[in-house]
Amino acid sequence: MTATVDAVRERATPARGRRRTTSWLAGFAQRWAVFVAAVAVWQVAAASAASAFFPPPSRIAQQVWDGWLVGESGRPLLTDVAIDNLLPSLGRMFGSWLIAVVVGVTLGIALGRSAKALDYVGPLLAFFRAIPPPVLAPVFLLVFNLGTPMQVATIVFGVIWPLILNSVDGARSVDPTQYATARAFRLPRRQWVFGVVVPAALPKVFAGLRVSLSLALILMVISELLGAVDGLGYQLNIAKSSFDFPAMWAVVVLLGVLGYLFNSVLLVVERRVLRWQPGRK
Amino acid sequence: MAAGPEVTSDALRKEGAATPMLRVSGLAHRYGDDPGVAAAIEDVSFEIGAGELVCIVGPSGCGKSTLLRAIAGLHEPTSGDVVLHGDRVKGVPDDLAVVFQDYSRSLFPWLSVEKNVAFPLRSRVGRAERRARVAEALADVGLEGQGAKYPWQLSGGMQQRVSIARALAYRPALMLMDEPFASVDAQTRADLEDLVRRVRSEHGMTVLLVTHDIDESVYLSDRVLVLSKSPARVVRTLPVDLPAERDQITTRGSAQFVELRTEVARLLKH
Repeated sequence: MTATVDAVRERATPARGRRRTTSWLAGFAQRWAVFVAAVAVWQVAAASAASAFFPPPSRIAQQVWDGWLVGESGRPLLTDVAIDNLLPSLGRMFGSWLIAVVVGVTLGIALGRSAKALDYVGPLLAFFRAIPPPVLAPVFLLVFNLGTPMQVATIVFGVIWPLILNSVDGARSVDPTQYATARAFRLPRRQWVFGVVVPAALPKVFAGLRVSLSLALILMVISELLGAVDGLGYQLNIAKSSFDFPAMWAVVVLLGVLGYLFNSVLLVVERRVLRWQPGRK
Repeated sequence: MAAGPEVTSDALRKEGAATPMLRVSGLAHRYGDDPGVAAAIEDVSFEIGAGELVCIVGPSGCGKSTLLRAIAGLHEPTSGDVVLHGDRVKGVPDDLAVVFQDYSRSLFPWLSVEKNVAFPLRSRVGRAERRARVAEALADVGLEGQGAKYPWQLSGGMQQRVSIARALAYRPALMLMDEPFASVDAQTRADLEDLVRRVRSEHGMTVLLVTHDIDESVYLSDRVLVLSKSPARVVRTLPVDLPAERDQITTRGSAQFVELRTEVARLLKH
């Protein structure tokens, strides 16, 4: 009665194998052509301008390589600077993000299932969400002093709102018929929460995860710029005060690459977890 | 207008006129507390014996679904009683399954067909038993080999088969079906009607099915309860003494069928 998508796809595989490879290559080229061209233009422009403020990309790449990836030690992958700065930065960022995810998603889903609680807490959420996250960094700096607790507080407090709000939305998206079904089959509470509410909320939760992860990167740098004894933001500050422009740009590029990488990984995870969604392939 | 004296079906007389499986008495429901709000159902009473297949037919919007949900314990009626196996229903009873009209929203899209069917059993039976029941239920509804797919990969009719399989695997004493075939095409509808009659006789299940389709109510059931326009009351209980073996073409063409459907249509006009 129904030839399903899968069946059709399986049958079509041999002929489409090669075509898929070429189309993947074409897609890849299409996606990155503009990027490569932009870097090339940047290279030519920066080289001809010869400004100390704007080193060419090749110089920046050299700096990333020497300063962060291999360096004089010759040890591959990470220099001492990287180990002393990149790892603490990432640790703080992911640690804080995970705390925010656990607290935010749990709270959001609980609130989303209780209309009454949401009525009470709604204005509070709207207010906190409206505060630009970086402005709290100075406050936490005074409260906690320099160091990791201040950074963790800044990141957690900054990224938790999109997590809560998206989880609330997600938990409210459980269909009334699904609710009736769950009740008609007398699902135990556990199964209702983890088998129905959480999966129904997941698409929205993932939207929150993506927003909050990129926000966590931003806040990690900002909190380190403000006050830290190590980290990417700290290195940026040092480079600034010694007028080492290639080193500054190296941190900027590194942050861009990290942001892109984290988002890509999260997208892969999301695609796997939500592969049940119709129209998602 | 209570159904009491009119309950004359063979099944009832044989199996349990003394203690019917389901007894609904004086059931009424209005939405909201305001007495000015029109009631959805008003003083509905009837009984169903074990093993019976009863159709409730009524005009659109007469409160059929409200009635079914009250019987399922999904909402508390404003007044009246639902008694199942001699126990007054408070909340959803244990051995009852519901098949909703809206299969696409009643099935869980993140679970495969198999897991959807197994889902209500997770907290009830062990893994091996669960697997056996799922396989049996899927075979019952003609969905062998489709278990690994997601519901949206199936047609509407097949999705409704999945939700019927889910109800079957649950092994309820009473199966409630709320306009189960209203969202599928005519051919699928005929197939599903025969499917329900078949599984019901194979499993000796008691089925209460709500529909707005006169022909369907007559074709499917042992007995038709005709409801009035909103607020719903039972206008009449009509025994359907068609042969147990029914066929979409010959049964629907028989004089007896035509007579019954005309009778139901006439009752619905009131």
